[in-house]
Amino acid sequence: MRLLRNAAVALAIGALTAGVLAYAGGARNAADAASDPAGAAAAATLRSATSFASVTDKNARAVALFEEAGKVIQSPRCLNCHPAGERPTQTDRMTPHQPLVVRGEGGMGAASGLVCTTCHHDANFDASGTPGNPKWSLAPVEMAWQGKSLGQICEQIKDKSRNGGRDLAALVEHMASDDLVGWAWNPGKGRTPAPGTQKEFGDLFKAWAEAGAACPKG
Amino acid sequence: MANFTLKLNGKPHVVDVDPNTPLLWAIRDNAGLTGTKYGCGVAQCGACTVFLDGMPVRSCTLPVSAIGSSDVTTIEGLSGKEGKAVQDAWVAHDVPQCGYCQSGQIMSAAALLQNNPTPNDRDIDLAMNGNICRCATYVRIRAAIHSAAKSLEG
Amino acid sequence: MTVHDSGLSRRTLLKAGAAFAIGVYIAPNNGPARAQAAPDPKAVNIAPNTFLVIGADDTVTVLSKHIEMGQGPFTGMATLVAEELDADWAQMRADHAPSNVVLYKNLAFGAQGTGGSTAIANSFIQMRQVGAAARQMFVAAAAAEWGVPASEITVEKGVIRHPSGKQSGFGALAAKAMAQPMPAEPKLKDPSQFKFIGKEGVVKRLDSAAKSNGAAVYTMDIHEPDMLTVLIARPPKFGATVASFDASAAKSVQGFVDAKQVPSGVAVYATGFWPARTARDLIKITWDESKAEKRGTGQLLNEFRALSRQPGRMVKQQGDVDAAIAKGGKLIEAEFVFPYLAHAPMEPINAFIHWKGDTASSHFGSQFPTPDQAIMAQILGIGVDKVALKTILAGGSFGRRAQQTSHVAAELAHVAKAFGPGRPMKLVWTREDDMRAGYYRPFGIHRMRGVVRDGRIEAWSDTIVGQSIMKGSAFEAVLMKDGLDPTAYEGSNDIPYDIANFRCDLHQVDVGVPVLWWRSVGHTHTGYAVESFIDELLAAAGKDAVEGRLEMMKDKPRHAGVLRAVAELSDWKNAKLEPGRARGVAVVESFNSFVAQVVELSMVDDGPRVHKVWCAVDCGVAVNPDIIRAQMEGGIGFGLGHILYADVPLDDGHPVPGNFDTYRSLRINEMPEVEVTVVKSSEKPTGVGEPGVPPIGPAVANAMAKLGHVRPRQLPIVGSASA
Repeated sequence: MRLLRNAAVALAIGALTAGVLAYAGGARNAADAASDPAGAAAAATLRSATSFASVTDKNARAVALFEEAGKVIQSPRCLNCHPAGERPTQTDRMTPHQPLVVRGEGGMGAASGLVCTTCHHDANFDASGTPGNPKWSLAPVEMAWQGKSLGQICEQIKDKSRNGGRDLAALVEHMASDDLVGWAWNPGKGRTPAPGTQKEFGDLFKAWAEAGAACPKG
Repeated sequence: MANFTLKLNGKPHVVDVDPNTPLLWAIRDNAGLTGTKYGCGVAQCGACTVFLDGMPVRSCTLPVSAIGSSDVTTIEGLSGKEGKAVQDAWVAHDVPQCGYCQSGQIMSAAALLQNNPTPNDRDIDLAMNGNICRCATYVRIRAAIHSAAKSLEG
Repeated sequence: MTVHDSGLSRRTLLKAGAAFAIGVYIAPNNGPARAQAAPDPKAVNIAPNTFLVIGADDTVTVLSKHIEMGQGPFTGMATLVAEELDADWAQMRADHAPSNVVLYKNLAFGAQGTGGSTAIANSFIQMRQVGAAARQMFVAAAAAEWGVPASEITVEKGVIRHPSGKQSGFGALAAKAMAQPMPAEPKLKDPSQFKFIGKEGVVKRLDSAAKSNGAAVYTMDIHEPDMLTVLIARPPKFGATVASFDASAAKSVQGFVDAKQVPSGVAVYATGFWPARTARDLIKITWDESKAEKRGTGQLLNEFRALSRQPGRMVKQQGDVDAAIAKGGKLIEAEFVFPYLAHAPMEPINAFIHWKGDTASSHFGSQFPTPDQAIMAQILGIGVDKVALKTILAGGSFGRRAQQTSHVAAELAHVAKAFGPGRPMKLVWTREDDMRAGYYRPFGIHRMRGVVRDGRIEAWSDTIVGQSIMKGSAFEAVLMKDGLDPTAYEGSNDIPYDIANFRCDLHQVDVGVPVLWWRSVGHTHTGYAVESFIDELLAAAGKDAVEGRLEMMKDKPRHAGVLRAVAELSDWKNAKLEPGRARGVAVVESFNSFVAQVVELSMVDDGPRVHKVWCAVDCGVAVNPDIIRAQMEGGIGFGLGHILYADVPLDDGHPVPGNFDTYRSLRINEMPEVEVTVVKSSEKPTGVGEPGVPPIGPAVANAMAKLGHVRPRQLPIVGSASA
């Protein structure tokens, strides 16, 4: 069992680990997602990065690309573990995580309280409805996305002091291939996946960076 | 079905189950240790809490196939000074009512004291709120944890 | 001997009711844990005609006719016996009595059963008589053995002594004591002589240790060689039935044994829980929903609301409410809406049976053994005396294990019958089965109207719309009055306040959703409606919530007593509160016990945060003060969790929540500090399992009102999907 190692790795990597983070669902049944058609409907597809080529103005193209990528960033699968406060949310309705858990050190939960790995392990476990990933953790508070506009999130993502010290290339790499980011498209039974695919999302992000990484206003 | 050797309370138990079987049911139905309880099956109530290599986990959230050679400790194998102190305090305060959740409560409380010998009320909330008690014995759970912590001071 | 055996004479019953015997304790197979708490289903080999088993090791095991599901009867029954026996507390043990309606009937029901907070109330004299008779027989045996006058013998802390120096424990004299004639009228102690009853710190719960080390055995823990675990695929809506099913895909699951149609669905038999659950998911079932209840709770609310505008069947009236309203003053109206609630005991519903053809042996946490045993016998086609039903520890109940229809016992028998005799089997409900299969606290509304004129409450009207719990069950004939179910209005018809013009009427509505008594039954909603509304009217009249209530309590000394006690305990008049905090009060009588509570709360983002609750209880003579406190603490937490968070909405007839993620339960971080005072009383003892629940909801509502919020009109206050 890799439980201890996971905790250690996550603590060591700390802020670096948490890029686009995942749904922090404790356990929801299929009915939850099903009873939330609005969330499910929003989760369908992404436009391809190449479809934005017709936007000739570079900044306008970057903004449009980021807005498209924003459908992923602002999906519950990602926002749930980028809370503004100490406590993650869960489900498509983004209700406070039950039980009460807090970010704690390294986003792994309170030191002597409930840590993520009390329930969340290396993989989704549909039998209990608990999502999992080897890096399961909360984003650091400086990466909070909840309650922010997409423009604010965009500026934050570019800001090395608030993105785990990543330059644009590292950000693109992270979004396109990080395993925990990828969880958003494989969230387990009963959960609406993030729109599109991780590849499409990575392409949008890459195209945004190449177009100058301008951010939406506001 | 497949054979898995679980190390339960220091002893090997061979269980022949589907690899996707939650650890909880292998412990209860196959190894026959019934102190670990089924309450929800979805990581909401904490009644199934066991230690995996010394750390508390909900045994309903792990498939048997993920356990490997890890040490699994159930309420029947709870030992160490924190575990003893918690169990003694539970009896001294007459915490249990129906008692069905208490194995899980005690495992969580023992883990709390192992990590934090002097928990305050907030620490107790954060460590224990994953364990539901439908009888609502929470007042006494809190008091017993404080007592156990005190008894460990020596 | 059956419950329907008319050949039983009154004399036989009386004689049997007082019977006990002293037997030789047969040690259980698996060590000492059982005697402390956890009855081993394999070791029920003690003579059934007894309340008391004396071990050679001096242990005194009291057979409790009441199920231990947390509320404390093991300890309570043992306290009553130990008191009169002059035993030492350390030698006391308890176990469940087997099913035998003659010996172990609840004296309040006439059948064996636990409910209505009656355990201590109906046993108070009876179990003391058992202890007193046994003591007398031990003394007589010692006198004969030692050749001394019985009057010179004393018994103290389990030791029988004569001044000559001779002494003995109970164990050594048990056989000889059993041979003594049983005293017809054993003399009971004067309360001034009590050493255990009502004393602090001398009695500890008998089941704490086994419930703290995993040794306590519940139905879920029964494992017998060759045993099957049975899950039932249940219909998605109430009243739907199996049209057809196909279990072929389930055959791929190793451990799957069979699937059979039973009245409640399709029973899936497997070698363990997980194979059964896995197989159940693979069974394809076509449901016939033609007779199913398809209304959602939204529709029910509209229908109930329309009804509440019409007069219902009159339950009680005095004076003339309409005339009083017409006379003017301030008319205040409120509609309170109460959701369906699941009991959700921590141990989901389950039951064990081994049907051998001619006989059956069954173990589970049965709250009504007499009808449960009878229905199993009927379904299996064997005599009641051929069904050995042993009650064992239950992981909570809150009313869920006391079914008016014995539907769990019936399902268990059907499951056994469909499979055929020979194999032991354990019927298990998953949490989702438990949450979605009904037997809820009824959904309902109260439409309240009141008139305040010149600082006085002149009129009160309460129109209730709700479902009957007892209609259609065996209880209907016995307990319903003029076709009306008193559990729908209890507490609303008999308020403790003196109001000249009063009316309480009821629309008893049929809905195809099974409902059941839920900890404190009708008082779960009547307590909230009455105590919120009286507070609102008193506020409109410019009265203090405590003083105003006291002024209106004519001839209600025990209501007034607990109200005064809680006001004093909480320093109601003078307490200085932190900014943002407020207090509310409520007092409710239920099951002949009186409970008043004061809460202090503040409002946080999503609702009330209750910081502290003060509680005063008058339950007559307090047998086990610490258990009374525990029941008040637990009742407060149970009540609070539900009024804040819990609700079972139906979506086109389908219950939406399935587990604790969608049916939110109170957690430790939401539990207030609780301080309880047990009011001294010499009245006969009454129950405490339920009465702690009703006051907490209205006390919260009334405190919220002090902070400028409307007293919540629809429960739950916060809901499941929040924190």
